[in-house]
Amino acid sequence: MGTGVSLRDDILATLPRLRAFAISLSGKVDRADDLVQETLVRALTSIDSFRPGTNLQAWLFTILRNQFRSEYRKRRREVEDIDGRLTGTLKTPPEQQSRLEFQEFRRALTKLPANQREALILVGASGFSYEEAAQICGCAVGTMKSRVSRARVDLSEILSIESADDFGQDVQTRAVMAGASSR
Amino acid sequence: MAGPKLVKPGAKMNVSDARPDSNGTLGRDVQDVIGQQLRAMYDDLVNQAVPDRFTKLLEKLEKRDDEGKH
Repeated sequence: MGTGVSLRDDILATLPRLRAFAISLSGKVDRADDLVQETLVRALTSIDSFRPGTNLQAWLFTILRNQFRSEYRKRRREVEDIDGRLTGTLKTPPEQQSRLEFQEFRRALTKLPANQREALILVGASGFSYEEAAQICGCAVGTMKSRVSRARVDLSEILSIESADDFGQDVQTRAVMAGASSR
Repeated sequence: MAGPKLVKPGAKMNVSDARPDSNGTLGRDVQDVIGQQLRAMYDDLVNQAVPDRFTKLLEKLEKRDDEGKH
C-alpha cells in the first residue's frame, strides 16, 4: 500500500513549517534543505510507524529533530563555527530591512545550546505545547519548560551584546527596552 | 568567532537590562520582544517558497513505494 494521496498532501502542507524549523535549528538554508530531504526520505520509508489520526506535524518534526541532533553530535565544531557564513547563504533583498534583522536574530539563535534552541523554537515559534515539544525532544515536560525559559534569558543576553544597535533601530523595541530598564 | 562587542554609549539596551531579576526570570517586556522577534523571523521562513525538489522527491518516493509493494 502506498502512502495515499491525502497523507502526501498533509506532508506537503507541513513542508513550509518543517523547513522553517530546519532553518531555525541549523541556521543555514542549504543544510536545512538537506535535513528536510533526509526527513522526507525517512518519513516515507517508515510511514507505517505513523499512526493515522495522530499529529503528523509532530511526527515529522521529531524525525527532523533527531536527524539534526545526530548530525550535530558528529559535526559540533562545524556547527559552532557559523559566524560569517550565515549571511552568505540567505537571499536578502536589499529593500527588506527586516530580513537583515531576522538574520541577526537567527544567528543569535544558533549560539544557544542545541537543547535550548530547539525548545524555544518549538514552543515559541512552531506553536507546539510544552507537552508536545517534550515528546518531540524526548524529555520531561518540566525539563522542556526550564529549557525554554533558560533559552529566553540566554538569547536576551546574546542579543543585547551583539545587536543592541539593531534593536535600537526599532523604535517600538527601543521604547519597550527603555521601559524594561527603568523598573 | 568574534568576541562580545561593547554596547555603544547611548544605546538604549545594555546587558543589565536583559539580565533576569533576582528571581531568575526575565521582565515581561523583554520576553515579549523576544517572542515577537522569534515569531516574526519564523513566519518569514514559513512564508518562503518551498523548493520544487521536495515535491518531486515526495512523488518519486511514493511511486517507488507503490511499485515495491504491488
